[in-house]
Amino acid sequence: MPEAVITASLLTKKYKDFAAVDGISFEVAPGESFGLLGPNGAGKSTTMRMVGAVSTRTSGDLSILGLDPNEHGPEIRAQLGVVPQADNLDQELRVRDNLIVYGRYFGIPRRQVAKRADELLEFAQLSDRAKSRVDDLSGGMKRRLTIARALVNDPRILLLDEPTTGLDPQARHILWDRLFRLKEQGTTLVLTTHYMDEAEQLCDRLVVVDKGTIMAEGSPAALIKQYSTREVVEVRFGSEKNANVAKQLKGIGDRVEVLPDRILIYSDNGEAELSEIIRRGLNPITSLVRRSSLEDVFLRLTGRSLIE
Amino acid sequence: MTATVPTSPALVTAQSRSRFLGAIYAGNSRAILGRGLLATRTSNYWVVLSGFFEPVLYLLSLGIGLGSLIGTVTTSTGQQVPYAAYIAPALLAVSAMNGAIYDSTWNVFFKMNYGKLYEGMLATSIGPFDVALGEIAFALLRGLLYAVGFMIVMQVFGLNLAWTAILALPAVVLIAFGFASLGMAITSYMKTFQQMDWINFVMLPMFIFSATFYPITVYPPIMQYIIEALPLWHGVELIRGLTTGALSWGLLWHVLYFAVMITIGLIFTTKRLRALFLA
Repeated sequence: MPEAVITASLLTKKYKDFAAVDGISFEVAPGESFGLLGPNGAGKSTTMRMVGAVSTRTSGDLSILGLDPNEHGPEIRAQLGVVPQADNLDQELRVRDNLIVYGRYFGIPRRQVAKRADELLEFAQLSDRAKSRVDDLSGGMKRRLTIARALVNDPRILLLDEPTTGLDPQARHILWDRLFRLKEQGTTLVLTTHYMDEAEQLCDRLVVVDKGTIMAEGSPAALIKQYSTREVVEVRFGSEKNANVAKQLKGIGDRVEVLPDRILIYSDNGEAELSEIIRRGLNPITSLVRRSSLEDVFLRLTGRSLIE
Repeated sequence: MTATVPTSPALVTAQSRSRFLGAIYAGNSRAILGRGLLATRTSNYWVVLSGFFEPVLYLLSLGIGLGSLIGTVTTSTGQQVPYAAYIAPALLAVSAMNGAIYDSTWNVFFKMNYGKLYEGMLATSIGPFDVALGEIAFALLRGLLYAVGFMIVMQVFGLNLAWTAILALPAVVLIAFGFASLGMAITSYMKTFQQMDWINFVMLPMFIFSATFYPITVYPPIMQYIIEALPLWHGVELIRGLTTGALSWGLLWHVLYFAVMITIGLIFTTKRLRALFLA
């Protein structure tokens, strides 16, 4: 296995007494697409800031591209592309100038960065908006511009903090397509997300993070296999009745999870379990048989949903 | 269209720097300055001009108007000069101050708190000292621009009394640098609009009382000491010495004052940016 581009061991960040990141360890291999999945406040962004060499760790070890970010911040940042959670595009500059000026921050010569900006505008499907004001772009376009900007220095690692949060489904799919192309080209991606579908689409491997610690690690498929069943039956009996009905579901499925609005039944054969429920005369208002997802893994690990 | 991102080899070459400066300075403050110039060209071209007129209007109303009643004034070096020629160098210092303060306070405040601009800059290989130096240099340029315009007005009205007036230009750069540097340092600690208002609260009395319109000898000694501790008084005395031709070694004290002010401003701005965005 080639040498890891990111190695974190017992990485910790404390703000006074509160540990935002509490001793997490992971490695990211070159070309890998690595995800941090967890709810808001799990410590994902703090981890990303430490990996991005803009936040110093309280304890533990961290090595980015073989360098310690405490000592070599600028050298590390020169080789990273960062897509922050909230867009921080330069509102006073036009779209293309945003890329050029950002490239200049890396010390890239003007002529070179101008050429690069045009290539990236094309990649981000924004060539026709080159002279627009940033404010006039849609949310999805701003996000794509931010990603294009993060690529201006041809980074060895691209860090994406919640890349599609707040975007509509169509804009998310366009963005995923762009990120998938980067992944195909061998760019190392590190992303945080609280969307399981995003993690499933983009990540080769991920860690499930909650309250500053890692709960599980593996590929999306392996995690689902390890922590969940193949299928899930979702049934709703009405918010008043769910808890009562749950008692009558004994013997159905491998495991039953009662949520305030619905009941989840874990099983390798969802249709058979659903037939059994109906045979017992428990008439659900709605029912759905689906494949297990990372959401179920998270629920199993923490007893809570990802998006609350 | 092509869907791939062409990769070009080694766009960014690692620069070798000293360990100490390495973490805070990439030797690339010109990229920050360039950004400021481009942003001005793009969005706030006209705002720049408005600040120029304030001192000019003072010169016209007080210098010409009030000056016709007053006649001459004795400077701190004992020279008798026409009233307009007395206040003009002070207003020159004020225009340098205004230009420098405008960009280094309110504009910096917005970039820091709303535009998240510095956060973006510092995620690159740029260091906090680059940002401080670049932003301050940009603020200084506006001060210089106002001052050059004002110098031309002074020349037209015959208020430059000696050839040494030309030295007022580098002096203006120094003064603007001092105000921009300290202005940005103070702003970097500000969190709310209310706090920003304190800056205005300090600026106005400093503008009126710093030997701008009359010699400070009219005040009791204690007041004089306070005024002599404030930066604008040093700027006014320095420029007035140069435009009236009253050169003395004493002027170097004013130069030193601004050199210290610049240094303190740069140190605190850099420290603060580092604490805010790289901690």
